[in-house]
Amino acid sequence: MIKLFSVKQKQKEAAESANGRAPVKKQSPGELRVQKDISELNLAKTTSISFPNGKDNLLNFEITIRPDEGYYQGGTFVFTFQISQVYPHEAPKVKCKTKVYHPNIDLEGNVCLNILREDWNPVLSVNSIIYGLQYLFLDPNPDDPLNHEAAEVLRENPRQFENNVRRSMAGGYVGGNHFPRCI
Amino acid sequence: MKKRKGEDEPWAPEPEVMAETTDIEGRWRDLDRLLLRPGILVGPGFEPGIDTRDMIRNDCRVLVIGAGGLGCELLKDLALTGFGNLEVIDMDTIDVSNLNRQFLFRMRDVGQPKAKIAAERVMERVKGVNVVPHYCRIEDKDSSFFDQFQIIVLGLDSLEARSYINAVVCGFLEYEPDGSPILTTIKPMVDGGTEGFKGHARVIIPGMTPCFQCSMWLFPPQVTFPLCTLAETPRSPAHCIEFVHLIQWGQDRTGETFDPDNPEHMKWIYEQAAKRAEQYSISGVTYSLTQGVVKNIIPAIASTNAIVAATCALETLKIATMCSKGMEVFMQYTGTDGVYMRTFQNEKDPNCIVCSAGVPVEVEATTTLQKFIDVLLKDSRFKNKISKPSVSLQGENLYMQAPPILEEETRPNLLRPLRTLMGGEGGILNINDKRLKGILRVQVIFKTTDVDMDTAGGG
Ligand SMILES: [Zn+2]
Repeated sequence: MIKLFSVKQKQKEAAESANGRAPVKKQSPGELRVQKDISELNLAKTTSISFPNGKDNLLNFEITIRPDEGYYQGGTFVFTFQISQVYPHEAPKVKCKTKVYHPNIDLEGNVCLNILREDWNPVLSVNSIIYGLQYLFLDPNPDDPLNHEAAEVLRENPRQFENNVRRSMAGGYVGGNHFPRCI
Repeated sequence: MKKRKGEDEPWAPEPEVMAETTDIEGRWRDLDRLLLRPGILVGPGFEPGIDTRDMIRNDCRVLVIGAGGLGCELLKDLALTGFGNLEVIDMDTIDVSNLNRQFLFRMRDVGQPKAKIAAERVMERVKGVNVVPHYCRIEDKDSSFFDQFQIIVLGLDSLEARSYINAVVCGFLEYEPDGSPILTTIKPMVDGGTEGFKGHARVIIPGMTPCFQCSMWLFPPQVTFPLCTLAETPRSPAHCIEFVHLIQWGQDRTGETFDPDNPEHMKWIYEQAAKRAEQYSISGVTYSLTQGVVKNIIPAIASTNAIVAATCALETLKIATMCSKGMEVFMQYTGTDGVYMRTFQNEKDPNCIVCSAGVPVEVEATTTLQKFIDVLLKDSRFKNKISKPSVSLQGENLYMQAPPILEEETRPNLLRPLRTLMGGEGGILNINDKRLKGILRVQVIFKTTDVDMDTAGGG
């Protein structure tokens, strides 16, 4: 340890030096780290990103996924990402903006993806979450349901599930719920 | 043994003593034992004498952040220790549930700003101390506010707030070209934290000891439950509460933003969670558990606050006066295992994104960003470490290699000179690259040439 101030040092000095310094908004560790994540993004051709608040606010952005195979082929699904100031200590908050008939996404847009919650780990990145979301569309998992009805149909009758997905994406009703067109 | 009046009970309400202009007899006895005599355990540069006492009394300014459970203890301890100029910042108002441990507050204060009442009470009780309250968020103050203080003491309960202050305070730190911190730019922090029977105190001397970011891993991540478990197979009262909080709110109260400080919202969460718990035959959902789960609060224990605050106040005194060597550097207290405390020294992260020095790179101020990137790529210190660097200045992305929309938007900056992009003083640029594990901090130093001098001085 070192001696930082002497007895004779007066508070005036500190106040004077403070006046000369321009107030700078400090960048939070979350912003710093997401800068790294975004600068290294490697998006598949089915995925795109946009920044509604401009290039210097990377804490909020949208990811658009357009699956080119599987049940959801041809659909367009938008996810909002909210990154906390202490990211990656905390996982990003991700919601699906597009109303979708999916066993792991409920009608309010909550997403059941393990790495978004219980399996989040600071070595994961925005890229890992995007992979996870893409995977949800290729391989919906009826064993971890958030939309109970959709999971049951997928388990019992995959063909019916496929029809329901098609109908919902075309802008129709499934089980009394209306889904806006997203093809 | 008969005690002399006031000596051992400075808190006894004796207004006639308060009104006197001279100090209570024995007021400085203990402090003087520490400050007036030399010793073998003192820190480097300790200057025993009355000047040191006067310094903490008159010149040393200490900021306390937070006027809650820890903050009340800290203000009381620092004032009684002898610090004469305190300021306190807190954005909260007093709630009736605070009164059991936030002992500066009374029933009649409910609804008033914590900072204001805490400052008033300490000044009433401890003669000769000046406490200035700030009823606002820490983000409302600019960095020059924080720079006025010699020492900043944190009595916070949130990771975000600590992380923010840490970034502000480490932002004052400057390094010599040889990588050693410039002493006059160091602003020490003392950080206290409590969670139930557990607590910690630590000393952060930016540039010398690990900063908050260097040791973020010491904080356990928040417990989260899988959403599908909450929705399908709740097994605990917390599962029921989290379900209502995270999922049912959005279903039943579409369009309304949940506000944890709105009692009606909290009551609704509690009632719905209780219903859900009943459906699944789970017992134990209470209003206070609901608050705890939703706000992620663990009940506060007054004695933990007292122990942690006392440690922090003592470390503050040591840093200010060097009357003893400081704690190195992290103290943990675990009240559930008896009165168990241990200190340990953890390592500073040499590549910390907040407090590390940054690798110095000297260039002309007229160098364009593209040329600067070329300089980095040719620099042997970064060989094989960077290939396609992105460059940011604080929150401003000067050049991003990805994604394509940002690359396109930032590309025009490549032709701009650094002087235009970052001002004439140089500073720290953050470099991101796939090959780098973390963020590379580069300290840009502008070469001063005669030509530049002439243009600057001419006219
Ligand atoms: Zn650090």
